[in-house]
Amino acid sequence: MLTSFGIINYLSAQSGPWWRVFYDFTSLTKNIDAGLHNAMSPFWTTVTEMVIVGILFLLFYAVIGLFLVYAERKVCAFIQNRLGPNRLGPFGIFQTVADLIKLLFKELIPIKNADHFLFNLAPYIVIIVNFMVLAAIPYALGLHAVDLNIGIFYVIAVSSMSVIGVLLAGWSSNSKYSLLGAMRSGAQIVSYELSVGLALATVVILAGSMQLSVIVEGQRTGWFIFKGHIPAVIAFVIYIIAGTAETNRGPFDLAEAESELTAGYHTEYSGIKFAFFYLAEFINMFIVASIAATIFLGGWMPLHFGADNGFNRIMDFIPPVIWFFAKTFFLIWVIMLFKWTFPRLRIDQLLTLEWKYLLPINIVNLLIMAFIVLMGWHF
Amino acid sequence: MRSIINYLKDIFLGVRSLLKGMKVTSRYFWSPRSIVTEKYPENRKTLVMLERSKGEVIMPHNDKNEHHCTGCGICQINCPNGSIEVISKIIDTEDGKKKKIIDKHIYKLGQCTFCGLCVKTCPSNALAFSTKFEHAVFNKALLIKVLNKPGSQLMKGVEQ
Repeated sequence: MLTSFGIINYLSAQSGPWWRVFYDFTSLTKNIDAGLHNAMSPFWTTVTEMVIVGILFLLFYAVIGLFLVYAERKVCAFIQNRLGPNRLGPFGIFQTVADLIKLLFKELIPIKNADHFLFNLAPYIVIIVNFMVLAAIPYALGLHAVDLNIGIFYVIAVSSMSVIGVLLAGWSSNSKYSLLGAMRSGAQIVSYELSVGLALATVVILAGSMQLSVIVEGQRTGWFIFKGHIPAVIAFVIYIIAGTAETNRGPFDLAEAESELTAGYHTEYSGIKFAFFYLAEFINMFIVASIAATIFLGGWMPLHFGADNGFNRIMDFIPPVIWFFAKTFFLIWVIMLFKWTFPRLRIDQLLTLEWKYLLPINIVNLLIMAFIVLMGWHF
Repeated sequence: MRSIINYLKDIFLGVRSLLKGMKVTSRYFWSPRSIVTEKYPENRKTLVMLERSKGEVIMPHNDKNEHHCTGCGICQINCPNGSIEVISKIIDTEDGKKKKIIDKHIYKLGQCTFCGLCVKTCPSNALAFSTKFEHAVFNKALLIKVLNKPGSQLMKGVEQ
C-alpha cells in the first residue's frame, strides 16, 4: 500500500536524478494525488490532501516565523555593530526555538474587565488571515496551494482583514494603550491599503491577468520590473514602502511605538497569545516580500532576458524554489534595513506621506503604465 | 508651476537622504569587522580592557611602598553612597609636631557605583581606577578592601 502512495512510485519512475523534483513539483503532486486516489475514496482523498497541506503550512509557518525572528535580531545586531544572539547553537540559531519554548510555558494572564471572547479570538483572526494569504502564493513550479484566477485581488482583500484582528485585540483588552495602538494601526492600514492596491494594479495592467501563476509565467522573458521599466520601478518602490507600513513595521510602527504605548494593541497579551501576534507580524512581512517578489521580481522564475538564449539556460540550473526564497529574503532584508535606519514617523507625517505623496504618484503612475501598455512601449 | 517643481524636488531630496541613510546602515551590515562586541568568556585570555575603563578603585603604590594619600578624607565626603571610609591617626613627627596620617583607607567594593567622584576630587591624585573587573566572590566580607598596603608610607613631596 505504501508504494501506491505515489512518492515512491514517482521516484522510481523518474528518468532523471532524484533532485529533478526541485525543478518541477507538478508531477510529484500529481503522483501523490493519483496514489491517494488508488488507496481510498475521492472524499477521503480530499480530506487527506487537505490535512497534508494544512500540516505542511503549519510547519512552514512556524519555521519561517522562527527564522525571521532570528534573522531580524541578527540583521539589527550587525547594523548596530553587535553580534546578536550567539550562545545557543552555532551562531545562536536555536535562540528563537528556546524563546518559543519559554513562551509556551508562560502563564496566560486573564485580564479583568476584558471582553474574554473577543480577546481570545483576536490572535486567531490574525493567524487565519496569514494562512489564507500564504495559500495563494506560488512558491515554485507546481508548489501552489490554490491558484485562483483573481489571485492578486484575493491577496489584497484577505490581507486587509488582519486589521480586524488588530482592532479586536485593542478594543477587547480594555486598556488605553491597546486601544490607541489599535486605532492608529487601523488608520494606517486602511490608508496604506490604497497604495498597495494601486501599485499592484499597475502590474496587473502590464501582466493582463490577476492569476498569480499567469503573472509568474508572463515573466519568462524578463521580470516585470525590467519589462515595465520606469513605471514598474516606481510601483515597486511604492509597494515596498506601503507594504512596510501595512505590516506596522519599520519607521511606521506607530501602532506599537514601544516608547509611547508600551506595546500597542498587544500590550495585554501574554504567553503564547502574544507569540501569535508576534509571529503574525513577521509572517506579514514575509507575505509582503513574497508578493513583491512574485509580482515584480518574477516569483520562482529565474532571471531571464529575452525569449531563449544561453544566459536563460544557465539561470535555469538554479531551482525555482531557491529563486523564490532568495528574492523574498532579499526583500525582507531591505524591509529590515528600513526599520533599523529610519526614525519613527509622527502620525501627521505618516498620513502626509500616504495622501500627499504616495497616492498621487501612484495614480499618475497607473496612467503612465496604461499608456505604455497601450502604445506597446514595454519590453 | 513653481509648486509642482517644489513638490518633485521634495520627493527627490527626500529619497536621496533616505538612500544616504540606508547606505550607511548597509555598509555596517556588510562589514563584519566593524562589530565591537567582545565574546567575553571565550576571549578571556586575550581580552584587553581600555585604559579608561572603571574596574575598581585602587591606590597606586610605588616600589618603595609609598602612596600619595594624605588622609584628608575628601574622597569619603564626596562618595555618594558611603563606600569609602578613611581612618586616620595622629603621630608625632621628628621635629616634634603632631601630624594626621592615614591609618586605613577602607573601600567597600560591594557598594561602589563606579561614579569616579573619589578619583576625580582627590587633591593629591592618590586614587585611580584599575581595569580588573572580575569581582565575583563567595563571601561578602571579601568585598571590603583596605587600599593602603600594610607598612606603606606617604610619598615625600606630596604634602606641600
